[in-house]
Amino acid sequence: MHGRLESIASLHTRRGWLAFLAITLTVMVGLPLLNLLPPAGGRLHLPDFLIPLLGKFFCYGIVALAMDLIWGYVGVLSLGHGVFFALGGYAMGMHLMRSIGTEGVYRSKLPDFMVFLDWKELPWYWQGFDHFWFAALMALLVPTGLAYVFGFFAFRSRIRGVYFSIITQALTFAMMLLFFRNNTGFGGNNGLTDFKRLLGFSLHAHSTKVSLYLVSGAALALSYLACRFVVSSKLGRLLAAIRDAESRIMFSGYNPLDYKLFAWTLSALLCGLAGALYVPQVGIINPGEMQPSNSIEMAIWVAVGGRGTLVGPLLGALLVNGAKSVFTVVYPEAWLFLLGGLFIGVTLFLPRGLLGLFDSAGQVWRRARKRPGPAHNPRSDDEPAATLTPMTPDGAAE
Amino acid sequence: MSSRMNPVAARLFAAVVCLLSLLPGAEAADLRPLLKQLASDERSAVVEAVEALGNSGDPLALSILEALQGGTLRLTPAGRALIASDTGSPLQELGSGKAAAADPTALVTPLVSNQVRRAIEPAIAQLQLVSPDGATRLKAARELARRAGPEDAALMRAVLARETEPEIRLALESALARLDLTNPDRDLRLQAIRRIQAQGDIQLKSELVRLTAAKEDGAFAEPDAEVRAAAAAAIHAIDRRQTLVGLVANLLYGLSLGSVLLLAALGLAITFGQMGIINMAHGEMLMLGAYTAYAIQNFVRSALPGLFDYYLVPALPAAFLVCALVGIALERSILRFLYGRPLESLLATWGISLVIIQVVRLVFGAQNVTVANPSWLSGGYAAAPGLVLPYSRVAIVLLGAIVVALVWLLLQRTSLGLQIRAVTQNRPMAASMGVRTAWVDTLTFALGSGVAGIGGVALSQLGNVGPELGQSYIVDSFMVVVLGGVGNIGGAIAGAMGLGIVAKYLEPFTDAVLAKIFLLLFIILFIQKRPQGLFALKGRAAEG
Repeated sequence: MHGRLESIASLHTRRGWLAFLAITLTVMVGLPLLNLLPPAGGRLHLPDFLIPLLGKFFCYGIVALAMDLIWGYVGVLSLGHGVFFALGGYAMGMHLMRSIGTEGVYRSKLPDFMVFLDWKELPWYWQGFDHFWFAALMALLVPTGLAYVFGFFAFRSRIRGVYFSIITQALTFAMMLLFFRNNTGFGGNNGLTDFKRLLGFSLHAHSTKVSLYLVSGAALALSYLACRFVVSSKLGRLLAAIRDAESRIMFSGYNPLDYKLFAWTLSALLCGLAGALYVPQVGIINPGEMQPSNSIEMAIWVAVGGRGTLVGPLLGALLVNGAKSVFTVVYPEAWLFLLGGLFIGVTLFLPRGLLGLFDSAGQVWRRARKRPGPAHNPRSDDEPAATLTPMTPDGAAE
Repeated sequence: MSSRMNPVAARLFAAVVCLLSLLPGAEAADLRPLLKQLASDERSAVVEAVEALGNSGDPLALSILEALQGGTLRLTPAGRALIASDTGSPLQELGSGKAAAADPTALVTPLVSNQVRRAIEPAIAQLQLVSPDGATRLKAARELARRAGPEDAALMRAVLARETEPEIRLALESALARLDLTNPDRDLRLQAIRRIQAQGDIQLKSELVRLTAAKEDGAFAEPDAEVRAAAAAAIHAIDRRQTLVGLVANLLYGLSLGSVLLLAALGLAITFGQMGIINMAHGEMLMLGAYTAYAIQNFVRSALPGLFDYYLVPALPAAFLVCALVGIALERSILRFLYGRPLESLLATWGISLVIIQVVRLVFGAQNVTVANPSWLSGGYAAAPGLVLPYSRVAIVLLGAIVVALVWLLLQRTSLGLQIRAVTQNRPMAASMGVRTAWVDTLTFALGSGVAGIGGVALSQLGNVGPELGQSYIVDSFMVVVLGGVGNIGGAIAGAMGLGIVAKYLEPFTDAVLAKIFLLLFIILFIQKRPQGLFALKGRAAEG
């Protein structure tokens, strides 16, 4: 027990823990208080609409962590994480649909779209979603199960690199088509929407929104710690080794399948969690979430922030989505140019992301302070071990 | 109606007309008594005359009846037929078409009652059936086949005995077979069933089904058991034939879908094989090719409307050039910095595709645009009853074959092709032998993009063109590459055709969406067995 605590404590330096606590307190206590206490319209007041928006961003943050776990640390770029996110969302959405009860447009016990399809009773795969605990369990289990089966087959036959990426893209594409069908039983094109309440609380009440925000924030903080725990353990070092030279790991007597599969399913689990928290806050889930473009956007959050740092992708998710929220309203035509430019610019000029940029800048500055003169080699041996190891060409160019 | 002729002039010409009418025209002479009868006040006499005209088999009688039906027939007391027109031009003599003058007051407009009208239609049809003009006969035969009743059977048999055109015979025979099915003569019924079976007409199948079905009281519509057995056999044969026709049609649709996929994936397979990067913007090359076709179509329509049917001739090379140039620009400015970093190149090319889509949206608008088929590509070839092969599909298969042949020739028979193959197999070795690998990369990229542009022109002939066109094909073309393996044309052909044809054959059993899902699942399972695709490169090249 003592050893366990110690290993958790060693996730960060003292300064790291202080920063983590400060940020967590600000997000979990400071911001909600700024929203609730000052009078509306006051200078210090945090506008109400920001609460669900930030809560949504926290869900994206969990997805970014999940992406970083698998891409930054195992070198596997998934272009299909949207599926796991959406499946978690659908599981929660199904529960929310069942919670509507008979208050739907058709006053039926069945969800409206089933009445519309002239279905007489609930399909078998909708059974059980009346219970919150079951839906919550499914939100985690279904993405995890799918990821396990898919990952098992893919990693077993050693599909790597871009092959894996485009297969995951095909996965999300196929699932999107499946969910678009009306007869699949998930509301087809429109998806699940018009939710009324969760666990008896109205979803339109501000207090419910603040609560969901707090739950999302807590989930994000815990996910971050869990990921930090994994990557700083022996397992994490093994994952990085698989990323950099999978063949050598095999020659050393490890079977990479198990480790990759673990990271991959954990990543899917986090996505399912994020999706389940996301749906009550935005009030809709539809197959559009499974569009390949959505999953690729998740990759750019990670790339912008800096792969293999956990903090970077979080930052990337917040920045990119913040920019998206602003631009799609203020100047919608420019958003795709900006996003496209981000994809191109980050890969060309910032292979280590924003965090890498800060890191290099910080080193240059420290060196300049230590011994005056231009820094010839910003990356030398005294570089802290925790910084990102960029993907080596031979690790990536399979 | 239109007799605004100067009465004086009319009288002057009257004498001439009378003289002309006395000239011996063999057929006109035969019809004259009938025409006189047509002018009669007696309704029954008029009907009789119409029927007699119908039986005469005279081409002139057809014109007379048609004029009668249209209400433009005028008859002289001497029994000559003239046609009045609405435009006020002089009366024309039927048959010769010469302007004829007659005393308007003496002209008789025949009585056309409903009873007469009913007699006119079959008479016209009868005359059309023996018309010397093949097209008229075919039209009449089809019309008759559509609405023939038992009373027309004798006429059809008579016509059939003389008719030699196969298409007309076919129409008449099926019409006759339909009538004969209810003929009291058992042998005629059997004969009709055999004929229906031989023709494989789906429309007549339902008649056969009706024959074999039991009524509510247990009795059969067809009393004779042997006839029923023959009908059942015929139904079976027609069904089998229909399945075969469906298979052939699906094959063509599958091949054309495969050809589009092939044009989309060929460039992808070559560039991926050579440079190890997946170009997510490849779908946008399809889209740019389609928009090039759209632009050229608009230009030709406004500048050279007479040559509109040939706009595809400049559109194909133009699309190739536009896309190849865009490809060169991308490769030189962005992609060459990403070689050796395949995952990053994937993201960067996705960014490129977003930018291209948005540019196209701003230039051409977000709405879909239509690229018209030239007239020689619309319609289709009726290969068998119920089997129409659309020309556009056939043309796309041909285009795909030609492009693949050209690319194959380029790769196998030119020095550039040799260099491309060398770089694909072993880049450092090729470089040390003096191949300018960077230059070869650029040209390969241009080639792949250009081929996709041609694929875009093909796509523009199948449906609407919109900025997101490429996005819907990119996953499919990746699947082709996964299935076929990289860096070889044979794999791409097998992958594309396999995917296209299997998709089309799966569709009847499930819906199109499920077919696609099954295919994707199949591919995921397939690469378990053959991770390098159907045609993996052997030896050192495979180690990458």
